[in-house]
Amino acid sequence: MRASRPKAAVAAIAVAALAVAGCAESDREDSGGSNNDTLVFGVAHDPKVLDPSFASDGESLRVARQIFETLVRPEEGGTKVSPGLAESWTPDEAGTTWTFKLRSGVKFHDGTDFNAEAVCVNFNRWYNATGLMQSPDVTAYWQDVMGGFAQNEDEGLSESLFKSCAAKDATTVDLTFTRASSKVPAALMLPSFSIHSPTALEKYDADNIGGTATDVKYPEYATKHPTGTGPFKFKNWDIANKSLTIERNDDYWGDKAKLKTLIFRTISEENARKQALSSGDVDGYDLVGPADVEPLKSEGFNVLTRPAFNILYLGMNQEGNPKLADLKVRQAIAHAINRQALVDSKLPPKAKVATNFFPDTVEGWNGDVTTYDYDVDKAKQLLAEAGAADLTLRFHYPTDVTRPYMPNPKDLFELVSADLEAAGITVEPIPLKWSPDYLNATTSGSEHDLHFLGWTGDYGDAYNFIGTFFDRQKDEWGFDNPALFAQFQDADSTPDMAERVEKYKALNKTIMDFLPGVPVSHSPPTIVFGKDVTGVKASPLTDERFASAEFKS
Amino acid sequence: MFRFIVRRLLQLIPTLFGLSLLLFIWVRRLPGGPEDAILGERATPEMRAAIRRSMGLDEPILVQYGRFVQRLLRLDLGTSSSTKRPVVEEFLERFPGTVELTITALVIAIGVGIPLGYLAARRRGQLLDHLSVGGSLVGICVPIFFLAYVLKAIFSENLGWFPSSGRQDPTIEATRITNFFVLDGLMTREWDAAMDALWHLVLPGLALASIPLAIIVRITRASVLEVLNEDFVRTAEAKGLTERTVRGRHVLRNSLLPVVTSIGLLTGGLLSGAVLTETVFAFTGIGAFIYEAIGQRDYPVLLGFIMIISVVYVLVNLLVDLSYSLIDPRVRVR
Repeated sequence: MRASRPKAAVAAIAVAALAVAGCAESDREDSGGSNNDTLVFGVAHDPKVLDPSFASDGESLRVARQIFETLVRPEEGGTKVSPGLAESWTPDEAGTTWTFKLRSGVKFHDGTDFNAEAVCVNFNRWYNATGLMQSPDVTAYWQDVMGGFAQNEDEGLSESLFKSCAAKDATTVDLTFTRASSKVPAALMLPSFSIHSPTALEKYDADNIGGTATDVKYPEYATKHPTGTGPFKFKNWDIANKSLTIERNDDYWGDKAKLKTLIFRTISEENARKQALSSGDVDGYDLVGPADVEPLKSEGFNVLTRPAFNILYLGMNQEGNPKLADLKVRQAIAHAINRQALVDSKLPPKAKVATNFFPDTVEGWNGDVTTYDYDVDKAKQLLAEAGAADLTLRFHYPTDVTRPYMPNPKDLFELVSADLEAAGITVEPIPLKWSPDYLNATTSGSEHDLHFLGWTGDYGDAYNFIGTFFDRQKDEWGFDNPALFAQFQDADSTPDMAERVEKYKALNKTIMDFLPGVPVSHSPPTIVFGKDVTGVKASPLTDERFASAEFKS
Repeated sequence: MFRFIVRRLLQLIPTLFGLSLLLFIWVRRLPGGPEDAILGERATPEMRAAIRRSMGLDEPILVQYGRFVQRLLRLDLGTSSSTKRPVVEEFLERFPGTVELTITALVIAIGVGIPLGYLAARRRGQLLDHLSVGGSLVGICVPIFFLAYVLKAIFSENLGWFPSSGRQDPTIEATRITNFFVLDGLMTREWDAAMDALWHLVLPGLALASIPLAIIVRITRASVLEVLNEDFVRTAEAKGLTERTVRGRHVLRNSLLPVVTSIGLLTGGLLSGAVLTETVFAFTGIGAFIYEAIGQRDYPVLLGFIMIISVVYVLVNLLVDLSYSLIDPRVRVR
């Protein structure tokens, strides 16, 4: 009989399988936890890096917020600066030296003591960064807040706001800055200013960013050994299974986490996250689609609405279209748009029409600014007065993106452009892919007339919103207004908080009279947990603390 | 045969160089660059310029290509600009998932498709024939994301039989050796891990199998019909051979050649991008990652992954060519 090849093949495979089975060591530990102390949370992206000094993406920061702590942090569920690793803080008269009184008895996950020395090690690490650590891609938030380093290696960097750190005694530390700034102390709440264990930083070579300029490689510390003081400690990052596991820090100085294990699992598609929740694959997820909010609620899921901490605005470019340099034309556009209808029909429940360029949860918001009600006749009249009755505007909008402040750009575009057409303005639609085409087109050059863009605040200070938009000449807006820029500089360098708030209010008034764009809305993003999960408080800064999460028994 | 294999492998070298040059130029012609994806809303022109400088993207394209080839010769594919991890590492973590998924889909498509196509041809014009031809048309037409949605709604949300996403339950502490999760589970005798990984393959495997299954049914059916009308089948029947012998040795074997060819092509397609399936099932594979890399303008990942996939594609088709001689002894590779 001729050898049957298929049979021989099957036999070979069977032998191979037997040979393979049991040929490697399992490195499994006996974990012995019950399902009731393990929470799996669905997120939209993989974290990029576990050392928050190098992170600017939301998912890396979310993980960092559980493992690390900062000197000051937002109050739970709010934006106000509250005690973190520091119990109190006071500025000197000039507002340039801040004294922080630290908590005592705190230890890092590796057993190292937390103290003033450790704080200085961290600040000096960031400040003295050299080489690839100065890449804007690597230390984005440090550069955003502090501007530069001890020795700037790129001419584009500015003088550092941070100047020096001095440990007065074990629990007292002085941070000195080159000038008074609105960023202190609020910006120190950012996870990028998390305090790391000096021992671990050295042991795992945390500053050794390798590779070449073309391909930066993070050191082992930033991918395998993040060591902080937080209620959870890092356990394992399984990239092949898109999951990151952290576990309870039993030596935590404060209220210990109720969960033993917390797993972040990446499910990038929105609907897949929802199906994973209803099938029990995950116990909660973030970035809930606005259309899913009501159905999830009615199914009994624990839907939490974050206080809105963002702004969607309609940007106008005065350089791209000289007609837009005419205040009357900008006012006409503001009057032509029915923002209330837009908020009611296209944005999630609890969204609000914006009158300032930041929400009223931030100090400095002004209820007494010029407002522009929906009034088509007035819009037409203003256009006629400006001699712009036959106005044509290039209107950019992104096609493939959901931002917390802008769930459905195409729908928004359709509503707004219909409003503009009703006022006699001709709209030339320009749909573009969000990244990088749309961002490129709207923030550089002057080929854009109208566009949607927005911002989610990093921390609770007005400057982080309006300063980001308007404190200097930008391609996005195409205007030069030295008086406005000076007003910003004055507010930024006012150390007294109460005084500064008044200056922000005045700034809001100036901005809404000048009307560089139209503030449209503030949308509250939603986060959802399983029916049996309680304890998490929604945060406007997405600073949800999983340490207080637990399963209802 | 040995010379045939060597020659085919040598042909790979010029192919890869041509491909790399084309890819290099195409990838850089995408509008924008990684700096926009990295910076998002906070980008200023100065920051953009600084990032381009730091990544060497401000140099002439030929200089950049020269550096790329230099590294390629050392088998170094560089580092991902979005994750900052070596491209090879990213690939080794993701490719096994795609392979497992492809194998599952192929097993379903071949295991169901060939018998179904064969039976449809034997019962031409009968109910089974109409059902399988109609069904395969539906299989080709239904969009994968819709099919995936329905499969998940029925089998995970309502019945709770299968998980709706991922490659493995993250609460299982599985040991990773090859990143082929089923294989790893068998090798380490972590049976629960292996079973769980297998379980996770069922729904995405079904969704991904829908198109190849439909194609295999149709090709098998057509091919069997053609062979059934051949003279040698009539001769075999006239010789008085049993129906079993006629079917197995003559009809099926002779109709399989076009089917095998199509399987080779389908496999290449499945490997290079089960983009939708991987995305909707949150399944870690290369398809979804390449798609993200395009959005991020992650040049090293795009170049590296596509180069490796091209090699795999050539190898798979080489295997298919070799398998012809197994099925049909008249075919000899030279």
